[in-house]
Amino acid sequence: MNATVERTAPESGPLIELREVTKVYGQGPAAFPALRGVDLRIDAGDFVAIMGPSGSGKSTAMNILGCLDSPTSGAYLFRDAHVEKLTRNQRALLRRHDLGFVFQGFNLLARTTALENVELPLIYRGEPRAARPAKAREALDAVGLRQWEQHTSAELSGGQQQRVAIARAIVTNPTILLADEPTGNLDSQRSHEIMDLLVALNRDRGITVLMVTHEPDMARYAKRVVRFVDGRVDSDRHNGEKR
Amino acid sequence: MFWSSILLALRAIRRNLMRSFLTILGIVIGVGAVITMVTLGNGATRAVSDQIASLGSNLVMVRPGKRLGPGRDEAGSPNFKAGDAEVIAAQIGSLDAVAPVANKSVTVVYAAHNWSTAVTGSTDAYFAVGNWRLADGRVFTEAEQRAGKAVCVIGATVRKELFGDQPPVGGELRIKNFACEVIGLLQSKGQSAMGMDQDDTIVMPLRTLQRRLTGSQDVNTLMVSVQDGGNTDQVMADLRSLMRERRKIAANEDDNFSILDTRQIADAITGTTKVMTMLLGAVAAVSLLVGGIGIMNIMLVSVTERTREIGIRLAIGALEREVLLQFLVEAVALSSLGGIVGIALATLASVGLAGIMQVPYLFDPAINLVSFLFSAAIGVLFGYFPARRAARLDPIEALRHE
Repeated sequence: MNATVERTAPESGPLIELREVTKVYGQGPAAFPALRGVDLRIDAGDFVAIMGPSGSGKSTAMNILGCLDSPTSGAYLFRDAHVEKLTRNQRALLRRHDLGFVFQGFNLLARTTALENVELPLIYRGEPRAARPAKAREALDAVGLRQWEQHTSAELSGGQQQRVAIARAIVTNPTILLADEPTGNLDSQRSHEIMDLLVALNRDRGITVLMVTHEPDMARYAKRVVRFVDGRVDSDRHNGEKR
Repeated sequence: MFWSSILLALRAIRRNLMRSFLTILGIVIGVGAVITMVTLGNGATRAVSDQIASLGSNLVMVRPGKRLGPGRDEAGSPNFKAGDAEVIAAQIGSLDAVAPVANKSVTVVYAAHNWSTAVTGSTDAYFAVGNWRLADGRVFTEAEQRAGKAVCVIGATVRKELFGDQPPVGGELRIKNFACEVIGLLQSKGQSAMGMDQDDTIVMPLRTLQRRLTGSQDVNTLMVSVQDGGNTDQVMADLRSLMRERRKIAANEDDNFSILDTRQIADAITGTTKVMTMLLGAVAAVSLLVGGIGIMNIMLVSVTERTREIGIRLAIGALEREVLLQFLVEAVALSSLGGIVGIALATLASVGLAGIMQVPYLFDPAINLVSFLFSAAIGVLFGYFPARRAARLDPIEALRHE
C-alpha cells in the first residue's frame, strides 16, 4: 500500500480535502457537469451531513470521496495523498482499509446470512479464518443484531438490513464511514435509530462520518452541514450556527 | 487470496443453488448426449466391421449380370458352370480356394419339425472361402462330391429349429423327395452386416443340389478367396479377362458378369455406418450447443444481480483480480462438476444401451475430452466474461446496474 495513506502518517492537514473537483457525465453536447468545482475540507472525527436538492451533485461528491467514482478534474487528497492519481487497485485497497459504506438500498448480498455479509470485508482483508466470526459478531452486537446473525437479507426488515450494512461497514474499524441516504428507505422511527447508531459510532469510536441526506431531521444529528446547489458548495456551517 | 476466492466461490454456489443446478444441468445434458451418441455410433461401426470380417477377409465374388443390387440386369447374362471354378483354380495364381455356388430355397423336414431355408450347393472349398468352422462332424469328401451323395452340413439356426438340443450329426433330413444325412454342424456366425441370419443355411455338394433340387448345371456365384498377401486387384483383373474369354464377350461389349471383393462391400457398409455416427454426433453437438445456450441464458439473466454483487464487493474493498478469481473458480467448479456428472451419466447410458442394441461398448477418450472441454469452455466463457466486464466498471456503475 501507498505509504502516504498509512494511519500513522502525521496528521498535519485535514483528513480529506477536495480541490476544484469537477465531474462531467457523458460527452459532447450531451455532457452534463454534475460537479462544477468543489472545494471541501473534512477533519478527522467530524460528522458531516451533505444536503442539497436532487441533481445538486451531493451523491456524486460522496461517490468521489468514497473512491467509488473518479473525478474528471481537480485533486482529492486523503491524508495528503493524491487519490485521483492512484490506480484502481490502490483505490480498492484504500476502500478496504479506511472506508466503510452504507447505501440507501442497503446493498447486502442476496440469500446470504447477516453474519456472512459482515464477514465479507474481513475475508478481503485476509483476516484469519478463526478470527472472523468473533469480529463479525462484535460488529453485529454493536448494531444490536447479534441474535439475527443467521437470518438472510430477505428475512430482515429494512431497518435491520441497514443495521447489518452498518455492521459490515464498521467491522474493519474504518477511518471514515460514508452513508448515502442511509435512512431514505426507512420509516421515521427506524431512521432515528440508525442516526443514533451513527452518532454513537462517531462519538465512541472516533469514526469520521460523511452522510448524504435530503431530510433536515436527519441532518440535525450531524456536527456540520454542507449544502450543495448546482454542483457547487453553497453553504457550509456547523450545526447550531444561524442559517 | 486464492483460498479466500475459493471460499467465496463456494459460498456463491451454495447461495444460488437453483442457478448453479441449472448451469450444471445444461452441461450435463450437452456432455451426456454427445458422448452417448458418439459412443453408440462407434459401437455400431465396430459391430458391423466385426461381422464383415466374419465373411472372410480376401473374398472375391463373381456373379452374372452387370452389377449388383436393385436394377440388376440378368437378361443375356448366363449363369456359370462348375467347370468355370476349375478353370479359375487352374489358371489364376495366388488363390486359396475357388468355390462354385448354387442356391435353392426349400422346406426341410426332420421328424415332426419343418423349416424353410436356403440350401447352398458347393464344394468343400466353400467352407474355406466363407470362413466357416465346424462345430461338429465333418465336411463332404471328394468321393461324395463326385458321386453327388445325399449328405449335408447344417447351420446353427437350422439345427435349433429341427433338432433342438439333440446332436444333429447322423440325423436324416427330408428335403423335397430325398433323404439327406447330416454329416456336420457349422459354428454360428450370427447376423450378417445386412441383417441376415447367416446360420440359417444348409450346405450340400454342388452335384447333389443340381441333380436333386435344381435340375440344372447352373452355378449362381463363383466365390474366390485370395491368399494372404496376394494381390486382390491383380486377381480381379485376371478373373475379368478369363471370364470374358470363357463367356466369349467381344472386345466392344460390356461384361455380363460382375466381380466384387469383400473389401468393397466392407468399405461401403462401414462408410454408411460412419456417416450415421457422424450424423448422430452432429445431432449430439446440437444438444451440446443447446445446453450451452441454456447456460448462457442463466448467466445472462443473472448478470444484473451479479453486476450489483460485484459492485458491492468492489465497494467493500475487493480487488478486481479477487472478484475475477472468485467468478472464475465458480464457473470452473460448476462446469467441471457438470462435465464429470455428464460423463458418468453418458457412460451408464452407453453401457446400458449398447447392451440393449447388442453392440460393443467402446470408450472413446477423445469425445469425452472434447465434449468436456467444450462445455467447460461455455460455462467459463459465460460465467467469467460478464463478470470481467462488471469488475472493470467503476464500483458505482456496477452498483447502479439495472
